[in-house]
Amino acid sequence: MSPRPVRLRKISNPPLVSGFKPYGTMKGTPVADIVFLHIEEYEALRLCDFEMLNHHQASVIMDVSRPTLTRIYARARQKIAQALVRGSQIIIEGGKIYFDSEWYTCEACGCYFNDPEKKEAVRSCPLCKSSSVAPWDEEAVRQDEFIGQCNDFCVCTVCRHEASHTPGIPCKEEKCPRCGGQMVRKGTPHSKKF
Amino acid sequence: MKVAISSTGNNSESRLDKRFGRCAFFVIYDTDTKGTEYLPNPNIELEEDAGQASVKLLSERNVRMIISGEFGINIKSMLDSMKIRMIVLKHPDRTIGEIIEMLKK
Repeated sequence: MSPRPVRLRKISNPPLVSGFKPYGTMKGTPVADIVFLHIEEYEALRLCDFEMLNHHQASVIMDVSRPTLTRIYARARQKIAQALVRGSQIIIEGGKIYFDSEWYTCEACGCYFNDPEKKEAVRSCPLCKSSSVAPWDEEAVRQDEFIGQCNDFCVCTVCRHEASHTPGIPCKEEKCPRCGGQMVRKGTPHSKKF
Repeated sequence: MKVAISSTGNNSESRLDKRFGRCAFFVIYDTDTKGTEYLPNPNIELEEDAGQASVKLLSERNVRMIISGEFGINIKSMLDSMKIRMIVLKHPDRTIGEIIEMLKK
């Protein structure tokens, strides 16, 4: 039986460079193999470590499941560590991917346009230069809401009060702002005991 | 920046072509030099992948933006990877001259 086909990963921002080369290699060191970093691994690394999103949020953006995103991310880190330690060249290419960008609509001239560059927020229509533009894609709006649902929350074990989680501070060290009780991470099996 | 517009004819009075891959002419307008160029589309007769062939033709000419009535399903992903912007105009009765006037503003 052949394995299940790989789900295509959505790439919102293609990398600016196609690779990295080491410099200052010492004489006599053998030239290390090239590390091929897939574009999906670059994107996972960008979302998790550059945009500082959690794996759940990043998985929604890349249109894969959360465990898959974690595997892609782990592979990316392993490959980059390998390249750094061995001093090998990194080439960013390949992977099961598709590119995507969001649609906008202009109310003044009635056109639809997309924004593949994504350097800054879209403010004016590229055709008629009017500023009455709005995101068109309903799915993108829904996705934004869904990413909101993936945010982490701490929940109080005493009064069930929910507060948004601060990255870097373990939930159990937080005190409930309402009753001063102990907080736990919402949604974990542990939190359901209380 | 070079802008490509799908056109039904080879003058500024002709209307926007609703199809992208199999449009009659491509109008390439340069926003810096204000020059226009009318390019007959060699891909009209192709049985399949006319859109991809047209993307290749335009990307070789360093077009950064494409205006058309509609794009096929495979085109968006290709253009996104090349960072070419697409504009979909749902008013097929706009003439090429009018669209270029809008771009000049």
